[in-house]
Amino acid sequence: MRKLALDDEILLKVDKAARYIGGEVNSVMKDPSRVDIRFAMCFPDVYEIGMSNLGMMILYNMFNKREDVWCERLYSPWTDLDRVMREKKIPLFALESQNPVRNFDFLGITLGYEMCYTNVLQILDLSQIPLLARDRGEEFPLVIGGGACAYNPEPLTDFFDLFYIGEGETSYDAFFDAYKENKAAGGSRKDFLLKAAQIPGIYVPSLYEVSYKEDGTISSMTPKCPQAPARIQKQVVTDIEQNYRAIEKPVVPHIKATQDRVTLEIQRGCIRGCRFCQAGMIYRPTRERNVETLKASAKEMLLNTGHEEISLSSLSSSDYTQLKELVEFLIEEFQGKAVNISLPSLRIDAFALDVMGKVQDIKKSSLTFAPEAGSQRLRDVINKGLTEEVILKGAAEAFHGGWNKVKLYFMLGLPTETEEDMKGIAHLAEKIAKTYYEEVPKEKRSSKVQVNVSTSFFVPKPFTPFQWAGMFSEEDFIAKAKVVKEEIRAQLNQRSIRYSWHEPDVTILEGFLARGDRRCGAVIQKAYEKGALYDAWSESFQYSIWKEAFEETGVDIDFYTLRERSTDEVLPWDFIDAGVTKEFLVREWKNAREERVTPNCRQRCSGCGVKTYGGGVCFEGKN
Amino acid sequence: MKVRIKFSKEGHTKFIGHLDTMRYFQKAVRRAALPVAYSGGYSPHMIMSFAAPLGVGVTSTGEYFDMELTETLPTEEIAARLDAVMAEGFSVLCARQVEDKKASTAMALVAAADYRISFRKGRAPEGWKERVIEFAARKSIPVLKKTKKSEREIDIRPFIYEIALDGEYIFLKLASASANYTKPELVMDTFLQWMGEELVPFSYQVQRCEVYADKGTEGSHVFVSLQDLGEEVE
Repeated sequence: MRKLALDDEILLKVDKAARYIGGEVNSVMKDPSRVDIRFAMCFPDVYEIGMSNLGMMILYNMFNKREDVWCERLYSPWTDLDRVMREKKIPLFALESQNPVRNFDFLGITLGYEMCYTNVLQILDLSQIPLLARDRGEEFPLVIGGGACAYNPEPLTDFFDLFYIGEGETSYDAFFDAYKENKAAGGSRKDFLLKAAQIPGIYVPSLYEVSYKEDGTISSMTPKCPQAPARIQKQVVTDIEQNYRAIEKPVVPHIKATQDRVTLEIQRGCIRGCRFCQAGMIYRPTRERNVETLKASAKEMLLNTGHEEISLSSLSSSDYTQLKELVEFLIEEFQGKAVNISLPSLRIDAFALDVMGKVQDIKKSSLTFAPEAGSQRLRDVINKGLTEEVILKGAAEAFHGGWNKVKLYFMLGLPTETEEDMKGIAHLAEKIAKTYYEEVPKEKRSSKVQVNVSTSFFVPKPFTPFQWAGMFSEEDFIAKAKVVKEEIRAQLNQRSIRYSWHEPDVTILEGFLARGDRRCGAVIQKAYEKGALYDAWSESFQYSIWKEAFEETGVDIDFYTLRERSTDEVLPWDFIDAGVTKEFLVREWKNAREERVTPNCRQRCSGCGVKTYGGGVCFEGKN
Repeated sequence: MKVRIKFSKEGHTKFIGHLDTMRYFQKAVRRAALPVAYSGGYSPHMIMSFAAPLGVGVTSTGEYFDMELTETLPTEEIAARLDAVMAEGFSVLCARQVEDKKASTAMALVAAADYRISFRKGRAPEGWKERVIEFAARKSIPVLKKTKKSEREIDIRPFIYEIALDGEYIFLKLASASANYTKPELVMDTFLQWMGEELVPFSYQVQRCEVYADKGTEGSHVFVSLQDLGEEVE
């Protein structure tokens, strides 16, 4: 049996010790003497969250298919273990071998959301790897970042040796081969970085120089050597049927993960083009997986894990053209075997209600609508093609079907938003409540209708048409929430409506990190050193620490959050070619302000630029 | 067919709690593709009953759960199929067919359990072996039992069916029915305090070895392991 990195006394003292022991069903063990590359793959949050991440599981599976690579996992130690490890100077370890990460060839970190950045520093720190890439000698692993936040890696460039931009399936093989070659030739860390910089999708920040204008905006970003390309092209699996690396045996967590189930990725990308949505832009073009492949994969993963639930993963399940066939297959095949079927991101229509009625308990479940904005005008601005009519019709059908709980998601602080738009949130909620009392006769009502309204504050993200938009101050955000709250209280059916909103401080910080540049790294480091950790967790997030960090580093947060950028400003992430062209984004930014809707990819090509990748929805029906 | 599975939980798996162990076996049964029976309703669950929860930190070579299969299979095959899908640290030791009555669920049957205690390296108090024998000879072992409301003295000696020295281990057979469940840690801590030792956390490791039903009549115990209550099916 493996020897654990932590002794019994520590493990019996910390909460949920099973987070740290490895040895789960389907975790991969290899003989370290028979591999060339040791890769530690990290999701910088607690085990239960990290184990639910699909991207990491895809790469874990793919890397371990190579005989010369052993990829292991690690997650953020919870604060109780964090204290013990610091006190006893125990180096952070990978779960499978329990070996210290600092002896690995690579430490890969998935960047799923901005609020995990201090956790990234915790991982480096506990691993006893210098926080700053420039301080790392030959003996340390190369630290590589990837995931959604790598589309603007600039705030993190101090801490990473490399980034991988886009989908991992395309370039990691060449990357590992180059590493082996360099090692065999006796090349240095620097030699490898120069080689890696020439692999499509790999960004080596130390090979670039950024200069700034007097007003603080970027003047230019230039490669320091010929090996570094001026633009980094995001990686995309063009032929998703041929080149998808399906997971046969997902690792089964020891303790209940946040998503304790099989995740079946049915497609990548989204045809909708909502202007606030980063995922909808950076994961273009939309690529559907073959329904027969998915059926076989569902069967295989359920058998190999023993999970009692399967969830379809995509940005918009309703747009998957074979959804009906897939869902009917899953119900027929697995419902008798007590497998729950979970269908997130489903548009509410007759089909959805029919399916949901079959797979869940209507009395307990609620319907979710995400109108995102309260008025049709603002929904046109954000290009969310969901109309009030569709929502009310869906709700009416659902009420007839027996549902009486509705969840509504909105954003406050969207570009061009007026007070009428905010109040529109309350009015829409009221109309839904009213629909219930009109549609369902008294004798058929089991209880009151419950409309749960939830608002978050809008964060402009890179590579969206709103990447130039300004954000609001904390006070402004709170005032907006108050408008909604008061208007809801003024409605006739206000007692059927519940309202909750997210705290604005985290949002503002997220906005800062999302659109930050290289100068922001100092703030992250300062905040971490002052004790910021698990910022994505409301119980541990302390805005005061960050406020101090801004003060001490002299970085002005408002410059990054409040300011609306002009479209000719050089943005920190401009060096990345994310497929969608700047011309398209500018065009969409203009359309937004003119309240003009852009049709989805299947209705009409909007010329976003990703057609050059040569696959997906851009070529549907054209082969 | 009602089947009783006996399994061991050793090594690192001692850090996996009872609820997660139950979840683990629900998934294992699915991986083994055994024809398990489910309850009805919107969220059907496996009809499964665990004998006695095992605390975090305790290892075991004698754990049990019962489950209901929709068809009769050879017990050896059931055990082999389930053992083939175990994670490191878990082993399926055997499967037995048991009678299908409410009163004979694994949990309702539990009357006693065997434990083997070892001191961790460097934590064994001087002369403990002689003192175990002395301790075992005591006619009564009073313990202060604290509840939310009060403190009262109870004698735990009647619940210690056996205490003996077994090489480098201490062997305990303790009452484990719901009414008289006696923790091995309580016995050990009482022993150490009686020796005049200061209680240091994590100074010994507990392993459960077997769980028994009591087939005796009033006043006399006849302990039969849960495994032996069942039958092999070919």
